[in-house]
Amino acid sequence: MEKQAVQRAREAFLAGRPRPLEFRVQQLKSLQRMITDRQGEIATALKQDINRSQYDTPLFELIGLENEISLAVSKLAQWAAPRPVERNLLTISDQAYIQPEPLGVVLIIGAWNYPWALTLQPLVGAIAAGNAAVVKPSELSEYSASLLKALLPRYLDQELYPVVCGGVSETQELLRQRFDHVFYTGNSTVGKLVMEAAARHLTPVTLELGGKSPCYIDKDVDLRVACRRITWGKFVNCGQTCIAPDYILCEPSIQNRVVEGIRQTLLEFYGPDPKSSPDYSRIINQRHFNRLMTLLEGYTATVGGQSDSSQRYIAPTVVKDVPPQARLMQEEIFGPLLPIVTVSDIDDAIHFINEREKPLALYVFSSNKKVIRRMLAETTSGGVTVNDVIMHYTLNSLPFGGVGQSGTGRYHGKHTFDQFSHHRACLVKSLGMEDVNMVRYPPQNRQKARRVRLAMRTPLVDFSRKTYIWAVTATVFAFGLFVTLTAILPS
Amino acid sequence: MASQSEVIDRLRATFRSGVTFPEQFRMTQLQNLLSLVEENEQLIQDALHKDLHKPKFESVLSEIQITLNDLYFAMENLRTWMQPEYNIGKNLATRMDDCFIRREPLGVVLIIGAWNYPLHLILLPLVAAIAAGNCAILKPSEICQATEQLLAELIPKYLSQDCYAVLCGGAEDTKSLLKNKFDHIFYTGSQVVARSILLAAAPHLTPVTLELGGKSPCFIYGHIDIQKAAKRLCWSKFFNTGQSCVAPDYVLCTAQTRDALLPALRETLRTFYGPDPGASLDIGRIVTPRHWRRLMDMLEKSKGKVVIGGESREEDRYIAPTVLVDVQESDALMQEEIFGPILPILTIESLEEGIDYINRQEKPLALYVFSDETSVVTTVLNNTSSGGFCGNDGIVHMALPGLPFGGVGASGMGSYHGRWGFETFSHRRGCMNRSWLLERVNVLRYPPYSDYNLGWLRWATTFKKNSWGGCSVM
Repeated sequence: MEKQAVQRAREAFLAGRPRPLEFRVQQLKSLQRMITDRQGEIATALKQDINRSQYDTPLFELIGLENEISLAVSKLAQWAAPRPVERNLLTISDQAYIQPEPLGVVLIIGAWNYPWALTLQPLVGAIAAGNAAVVKPSELSEYSASLLKALLPRYLDQELYPVVCGGVSETQELLRQRFDHVFYTGNSTVGKLVMEAAARHLTPVTLELGGKSPCYIDKDVDLRVACRRITWGKFVNCGQTCIAPDYILCEPSIQNRVVEGIRQTLLEFYGPDPKSSPDYSRIINQRHFNRLMTLLEGYTATVGGQSDSSQRYIAPTVVKDVPPQARLMQEEIFGPLLPIVTVSDIDDAIHFINEREKPLALYVFSSNKKVIRRMLAETTSGGVTVNDVIMHYTLNSLPFGGVGQSGTGRYHGKHTFDQFSHHRACLVKSLGMEDVNMVRYPPQNRQKARRVRLAMRTPLVDFSRKTYIWAVTATVFAFGLFVTLTAILPS
Repeated sequence: MASQSEVIDRLRATFRSGVTFPEQFRMTQLQNLLSLVEENEQLIQDALHKDLHKPKFESVLSEIQITLNDLYFAMENLRTWMQPEYNIGKNLATRMDDCFIRREPLGVVLIIGAWNYPLHLILLPLVAAIAAGNCAILKPSEICQATEQLLAELIPKYLSQDCYAVLCGGAEDTKSLLKNKFDHIFYTGSQVVARSILLAAAPHLTPVTLELGGKSPCFIYGHIDIQKAAKRLCWSKFFNTGQSCVAPDYVLCTAQTRDALLPALRETLRTFYGPDPGASLDIGRIVTPRHWRRLMDMLEKSKGKVVIGGESREEDRYIAPTVLVDVQESDALMQEEIFGPILPILTIESLEEGIDYINRQEKPLALYVFSDETSVVTTVLNNTSSGGFCGNDGIVHMALPGLPFGGVGASGMGSYHGRWGFETFSHRRGCMNRSWLLERVNVLRYPPYSDYNLGWLRWATTFKKNSWGGCSVM
C-alpha cells in the first residue's frame, strides 16, 4: 500500500502537475481553507490526543501554520525565480544564475507533540517548491493522524500529497521506497535509522531532532520576568516541546529565588491545583509517563512532584541542586520536570554546555551584554533566544534546525522552500566571443596560458583597499595635472 | 606515527580551544595555503604529470589556477561571510528585538579527495573548511601517489599541524577512519562508495556532502554553428582525457546534425592534437591499468560504429579520442559513466525524444545544450533536472565561484565553490535577542488563557500580505 502511494505520487509528479506556480498557490490556499474550516475538529482531536487546551491549539499550531502559508503564497514567484550570480571576464556576456527546481517526491514524517504544525509546515514548503509529498503523521497522536488522513485528500490533490498512516512497520516499509528527500522530526535514535535507510538510495535528509536545551540565568537579571518567561516555555504542552528549556544553569546564590519565581508564576498560570486547570496538558501516553516518573526517582521535588497515572498527569515539577550525573541530566526530558544545576560562574556554565552534545536551542538570561556575547561566541546550538525562550522559532526569517546530534538541515519560511529545492547552477553562454575562447584550446603555449589565467579571475574589478587608495590618488594626481596644464598651456 | 584516533583527538582538542574561530587565524591559514600552491607550482605540475600524464596547461588551468582563484575569492570575502546576517525580516512583535543569523564552525571535518583532479578536489573543500573556522582531516586519493605524497609533505609545512592533518591510505584505512565521529564529511567520488560513507555517517548523525557523477548528456540541436560547437565539445570532452565528473558523457542529436558534426569533430581533433594524438603533448593518459581495461572492455562490447579514433596502447594507458555513432540505449557504453576519451553519439528524431531519454536515467551532474535557439535551451532546462547546466559550452560553469557546484539525486547532495563552500562547512544559527520591554504585551500569551487575549494575539500576529515576515506567538 505504501509502495503504491509513492508510485502514484511519482507518476503525478513526472506528469508535471505541480510544476506551474498557479497550481502550487491553489493547493496552498486550499490547505489554508482546511485549517480555517476545520479548526474545531482539529482542536478536538488535539484534546483527545494530548489534552491540549483550546487556546494552545491556535497559538502553537495553527497561527504559525497560517502565517507560513500566507508567506509562501505571497512570495512564491520571487522564491521560484532564477537568482543571478556574479560573473567574471570569461563569462561577462553570458547569463549566470541559480534556478531553484523541485526535487521530486519527498517524504515528511511528522511528530506527535505538535502533530499539525510539525507535519504541515514542512508540507507547505514542499508544495511551494513544486514537489509531490508523502505525509506520514505520527501514530502516537492517533486522533490527529486519523483526522489528517480524512481531511487532506478532501482539500489537496490526492495523488500528489497522499497521507500514509501506520506504526513502525508501515514507516519502515515507506523508508524502503526511494524518495528525493526525507524530512523527519523526532528523536535521534529513529533519526539515525531514517538516515541509514535514506543512505541506500543516496537520498538527502533533513532531521529535526532534539537534545537538552540549556537555560543559563545570570545573577545580573530581572528574575521575576525571567522566571515567568521560562515557566511559560517549559510547561506549555506539558514540557513536550523540542525547544523547551530542558534544564536551568545558575549560580547557587540565586537558586532559591529562581525556584520562588517559578513557584509564584505557576500559581498565576495554573492556580493551586494544575490538575484541574483547563490550560495544563497531559503526557502523551503511558510509556512516556513511566519514563518521566523513573527520571524523578530518588529526587525530592522542590515544587510539584505529584502525579496521577490514570490521567497521565504530572504536576509542574522543579528539582534543585541536581548533580550532573543524575538520570535527569542524561537524556532529553521532554516533560514537565525542570532540574536546576548549579554552576560557579559563566565559565563553568559554558564549559558544562560544551561538554555535552550540541543542543537544538540555547537560552541565556542576562542584562549584561558581555555575558550574552560570550555565551553566543563560545557555544553552539541549533538556535538561540536571549532573554526569553522558544521565540526564535516564531520568526520565519530565521532558519530553524539543529546541529550535530540535534539535527541537520533547516526550515521555516523561505528556508523550507530552499530545503526542498535543488539549486541548479546555470550558465548560458553565447557562441559569440569565440576569439576569447581560443586561448583555452590545444595546442598550448605560455602566452595562451597567461591570458586564460587573467580571464578567469574573479571578482572582475579589484575592490581591495590598496587598489582603492591607488585609484583615488591617481585620480587626484591626474586631475591636478590636468588643471595645472590647462592653467599653464594657453598662456 | 600517530594513529588515526590520536590525530582526530588532537584536532578536536584544538577546535575546542577556539583557536580557529578568529578571522585573523583563518586569514593566515588561507594565506599560507596560497603560498603553498604558489611556491610549489612546478612540484605540483610534476606530480600531476607523473600520476595522470597531465599536460602542464591542464594542470595550471584546472588544478592550480582554480585553487588560487577560490583562495583569492575566499580571502577577499571572508569578513563579509563571517558577519552575522542582520538583514532578515522582522515583524510587529519582534521590532524591538535583535534578530540575526550567525555562521558558526562545525568542528572537525573529513575531506576525501578523488583521483581525477587530485589537487583541487581536495584543496577547494579545504579552503571552504578553513574559511568556515573548522579543523580538517584530508584523505587524498591513494591512486595518485605522487600527488598524495606531495600533499602529505607540504600541508604540515605550511598549515597549522594542530588544525589540519593529512591521513594517507587505501580502502581499509578509509573504512576505519569513517568509524570515528566527524562534524561533516565531504566526499568526491563514486556512488558505490558514497553509500557506504552515508551508512558510516548515519550512526553519528554526521551531515555529508557528496560530489558524485553520472552520465552528463549533451544536446546539439536546432540552428547551431557546428564548427564552434565542435570545438567547445571536444575541449570539454577530452580535457583530462575525459576523466572529468562534468565531461559531456554522450551526445544527443538528429541524424542531420550528426552528419555535419563528424567532419567538424575530425577537423577540431586534428587542430588540437595533430594527426597522431598519441604523440601530442596536450593529451593525458588513463589513470590506472584497471580503468584502461574498463574502458577498453566497454569499447569492445559496444555495438556502435567507431568513426573517429579507436586506437589504444596498453603500455602507457593511452586511448585516442574516439567517437562512435549508431549507439543505442542498451549499448555497453550507455550503462555507466564513461569517464574516458570515448564519445558516443545517439541519434534522436526530436527534442522530446531526447528529453524523455534523459528523464528515464538518473539525474546527471551536468547537462549541456548547444543551440542558437533560445526555445531549445529553455525547453531542455524546464523539462530536465541536473546538478548544473551549461548552454553552448562544457565544464566552464564550474569555474564561476558564484555558482554552487554540486549534484542532485544520484549525482550527489550539497554543493560548494566560493560562498557555497563556506555555507556547507558552517552552521547557520538563528538568534533572537529579546528586549526586556514589552513584558505587558507578553502577558497576552500566558495562562490562564482567555478568548480576549487570544483575540488580540491573533490580530497582532496574523501575517499581512505586505509585511515582511510572520510571527506566530507574541
